[in-house]
Amino acid sequence: MTGPAASDPVYRTDALIARDIDAWLELHRHKSMLRFITCGSVDDGKSTLIGRLLYDSKLIFEDQLAALEADSRRVGTQGEALDFALLVDGLAAEREQGITIDVAYRLFATEKRKFIVADTPGHEQYTRNMVTGASTADLAVILIDARKGVLTQTRRHSYLVHLLGIRTIVLAVNKMDLVDYDRTVFDSIVADYRDFADRIGIGAFVAIPISGFKGDNITEASANTPWYEGPALIHHLETVPIETDTDQARPFRMAVQWVNRPNLDFRGFAGQIASGVVRPGDAVRVLPSGKTSTVSRIVSLGGDLDQAVAGQSVTLCFADEIDCSRGDVIASASAPPQVADQFEATLVWMGEEALLPGRAYWLKLGTRTVSVTLQPPKYKVNVNTLDHLAAKTLELNAIGVAEITTDRPIVFEPYADSRTLGGFILIDKLTHATVAAGMLHFSLRRAQNVHWQALDISRDMRARQKGQTPRVLWFTGLSGSGKSTIANLVEKKLYSQGLHTFLLDGDNVRHGLNKDLGFTDADRIENIRRVGEVARLMTDAGLTVLTAFISPFRAEREMVRAMMADGEFIEVFVDTPIEVAEARDVKGLYAKARSGQLQNFTGIDSPYEAPEAPDIHIDTTVTGPDEAAEQIVRWIFDASG
Amino acid sequence: MPGLTHLERLEAESLHIMREVVAEARKPVMLYSVGKDSAVMLHLARKAFYPAPPPFPLLHVDTTWKFRDMYALRDRMAAESGMDLLVHRNPEAVERGINPFDHGPQHTDMWKTEGLKQALDLHGFDVAFGGARRDEEKSRAKERIVSFRTASHGWDPRRQRPELWSLYNVQKARGESLRVFPLSNWTELDIWQYIQLNDIPIVPLYFSAPRPTVIRDGLILMVDDDRFPLRLGEEPVMRSIRFRTLGCYPLTGAVQSEAATLPQIIREMLLATTSERQGRIIDKDAGDASMEKKKQEGYF
Repeated sequence: MTGPAASDPVYRTDALIARDIDAWLELHRHKSMLRFITCGSVDDGKSTLIGRLLYDSKLIFEDQLAALEADSRRVGTQGEALDFALLVDGLAAEREQGITIDVAYRLFATEKRKFIVADTPGHEQYTRNMVTGASTADLAVILIDARKGVLTQTRRHSYLVHLLGIRTIVLAVNKMDLVDYDRTVFDSIVADYRDFADRIGIGAFVAIPISGFKGDNITEASANTPWYEGPALIHHLETVPIETDTDQARPFRMAVQWVNRPNLDFRGFAGQIASGVVRPGDAVRVLPSGKTSTVSRIVSLGGDLDQAVAGQSVTLCFADEIDCSRGDVIASASAPPQVADQFEATLVWMGEEALLPGRAYWLKLGTRTVSVTLQPPKYKVNVNTLDHLAAKTLELNAIGVAEITTDRPIVFEPYADSRTLGGFILIDKLTHATVAAGMLHFSLRRAQNVHWQALDISRDMRARQKGQTPRVLWFTGLSGSGKSTIANLVEKKLYSQGLHTFLLDGDNVRHGLNKDLGFTDADRIENIRRVGEVARLMTDAGLTVLTAFISPFRAEREMVRAMMADGEFIEVFVDTPIEVAEARDVKGLYAKARSGQLQNFTGIDSPYEAPEAPDIHIDTTVTGPDEAAEQIVRWIFDASG
Repeated sequence: MPGLTHLERLEAESLHIMREVVAEARKPVMLYSVGKDSAVMLHLARKAFYPAPPPFPLLHVDTTWKFRDMYALRDRMAAESGMDLLVHRNPEAVERGINPFDHGPQHTDMWKTEGLKQALDLHGFDVAFGGARRDEEKSRAKERIVSFRTASHGWDPRRQRPELWSLYNVQKARGESLRVFPLSNWTELDIWQYIQLNDIPIVPLYFSAPRPTVIRDGLILMVDDDRFPLRLGEEPVMRSIRFRTLGCYPLTGAVQSEAATLPQIIREMLLATTSERQGRIIDKDAGDASMEKKKQEGYF
C-alpha cells in the first residue's frame, strides 16, 4: 500500500507545526473551503476513495486505525489490506448489508483548503440522496471503474449534477491498477464521456486516472502513469476556482430571515447575502413591496462593518423606516430581481406519495414559505436515456418539468443565475415531509403586470355592515352521513337569528360550477379547490357560508383552511360509521357502488380520511339532526362572544 | 475582494441555520454543555442575534458530576450573554443517587438521555440546538443539520428529511421535535482556531496545569472533589494534565501535557495520534454502533 510520506507537501506540515505553531496558524487562517460531491456506481470504489482522502490527510487516528485494521480482517473485502470503505460506511445497518443508505458528509483539509465531501450512494433508487448532496456542492467528482467504462449510472449521475447547476466536474477513472495503468483504456473512457458530456451540455471537465486503493494520482503524480501530465486529484481540488466566489460580482440580494428589534431605537434586518456586495450608503429596494431606502449600518458583534459580501450572514439597518419583514428580499435598488406567481420549474420528486396535481403544498424559497399548486407535469425525464416522457404525475425519484402557481407573488431569480433565489423545496402540508426539490426556469407572466383591483370597500366593512363575523362551516363526512340535512337545519336557525348565510351543497355544485369534473382523485381535489375559492369570495362578501361536501382528503380541507383568514374555517365532522351510512343508503348509492355500477365511491373503493381534530364533532349514532344543529349554532354564538 | 475563508463560510452557515430555525420554531432552546463546542455555539448565537440577546434560553442537562470549573464558567457565561439558564437534573437519578462509580452505563442513560428528554418535555421545547459535529463520530456524519425526532424523541436514520441547499424544513406536528446542529460542518481544528481568533472564554481544564489525578483502567482521572472513591492503595498524584473533551469528571480521561496556551493546545491536537472521543467511556459501551443506538433512544 502506498501512503504519503510525512513530508508530503499537500497535507499539514508537521515540521512547521512542531517548530512554529503561530506561523502555521497564521497560514491556516486564510484557507478557503470547497464543497464537493462524489458520485459513482455501487462498486466504483467511492467509499474507498473517500476513506483514502481521510487517511492521507491524517484524519485517521491510531485508535481509529486499530479499529479499522480489526474491522478489515473481520468484515473487509480487501483481504489483508486496509478496507478504507469501512471508515465511512457509518451506520450499523449499512455495515451489516455492505451498502450506503444515505448522504454522509465528510470533512478533511489540506494545507490550502478545507473540504466538505458529500458521499452519496450509487443505488438506482437513491436519486433523492444524490440531488441532496449535489445541491450544496461547488464541484462533482464522477467516478468510473476503469474496467467497466461509462455506465448508465455514470450518465445519470452526470445529468443530475449538471441539473443541479454544478459546472466544475472531475472525471476520476478509478481502479487503474486493475487495467495495468493502460493509457488506451483511459483515453477511450474519456472520449466516451466527452461524447455524452457534449450531449447534455457539460462544457469542460478534468479527467484523472487514479487508484483509490493503491493511491495513484491522489496526492501526487504516480510513477505508474508516466503518460498522464495533468494534476493529481488533491492538487486539482485545492487549486480549482470556487464557483460561489463569483457570486460577489452579481447584483446585491439578501433574503430577510429575521427582523431584529431589541428596543424601539434599533431595527435591523438579518440574513445571509445571496449575491453581490453591500456597503453603508448603498441604495436598496425591498421586494416584493418595491419600497426603497439606503443602508445606514452593517451591524456585527465585533463592531460595524465597512462592507459585506456574498456568503456572509449580516444584519443591515436602513436610513428610513420602511416595511420589511421575514421573507422579503433586500436588493440593489438599480438591479432588483423579478417578482412573479407563475413559473415553469424542474421538480425532483422525493416524497413516498406521488405528486398530486391541484393539491396545495408549501413552497419554501429563500426565507419565504407560500402555498403552491402544481399543474400535471409537461413531461418527465428518463434519466438514463434523457428522453422526455408523457406523465400525469411524478413518483419518488422521478424528475419532470411542470408549471407551478404560488398563492402570492414571490421574489425569485432563475436557478441558472442563483441557486439561493431559484432553488426551492416543496413540503407536504399534513405530514410536513420534504416531498420535492425544485429549480425555477422562468416566470410565465410577471405578477407586477397583474394589477389587483384596489377596492375601496373592505371585507371588514362588509362584515361590519352585516353585523357578523364571516365564517365557513365546512361539513365533511361519508355519503349519507347527514351533512346536507344538518347543514340545512343550521342555516334555517342562523337565518332566523338574522345572520346572512349561504349553503353550498355538493350535489348542486356538481350540476353547475363543477359539472365538468368526475370522481378521480384529481377531479375531487379540483372540486374542493373551486368550492373553497367560492366560499372565500363569499366570506369576503361578509357571509356565513355552509358547505356540505364529502371532501374525503385531509390535504384539501387543509388547503381550504389555508385560503381563509385565521379562525374563519370551522371543520364540522359529521361522523357516521360506514355500516350505518350504508344501511341508511338514502340515495341508493352504496348499493350501486357495491354492485360495481359506481366507481371511486368514498368508503367503498376510495378512501375517506377522517378529521383528526375537527372544530365540531357530531356523532350521528348518538346525536339526532336537530340536536346536532342546535349544538353547532350554540358553538357559533359562543365563538362570536 | 477575495472569497470567504473556511472559517468565514462556516460562521455564516451557522448563523443562517440559527436564525432560520428560530424564525420558524415555536419554543427553541440551546443545549449548553459548557465544553468548547458549546462555547463556540453560544458565541455564534450571540453574533446571530446581536444586538439583541439570543431569543432562547440555555439548558444544561446536569449530572451533578461535572467538573467544578465547568459549573463556574456556565454561570458566568449565562450572566454575560443575558440569557436565561435552565438547569435540569433527572429527579429519579437524584433520588437514587445515580453515579458513574456504582452504576456504569446507567449513569449516562439516566442523567443525560432520560434527563434531556424530561427537560424538553417539561418545558415543551420544540427545537433544541446541540453542538455536535460531523467529524466526531461515524453516525454523526449521516445526521442532518436539522434532525427530526418523533414524539418519543427517537431518531430514525431511514426517515430523515432530505436537506437541500440552505433550505431547512422546520415544520412538524405537535409533539414532534427537532434537534439542530449548527456546528455540523466544523472540525475540532476549526473550533480551536475560531476560539483563538475570537477570544472565546473556555473552561480552564482545557489548558494544562498540575492537578490531582489517579490512573485507573488505563485512563488518567482527575480527583475533582471528595466524592471520588479511592481504591485501596490509590493516592492522588499531582500531574501536569489537560482535557481534550469535557464530561463527567469520573468518566473523562486526561492527557499528560504541558500545553498551556491555545496555540500549544492546537499544536498538540495536530500532532496527536488518538481521536478526541477516545478519552470518553460513552462510545465503548456497545461496540461499533454505540452512538447510533444512543441517538435512536433519544441521546443527542
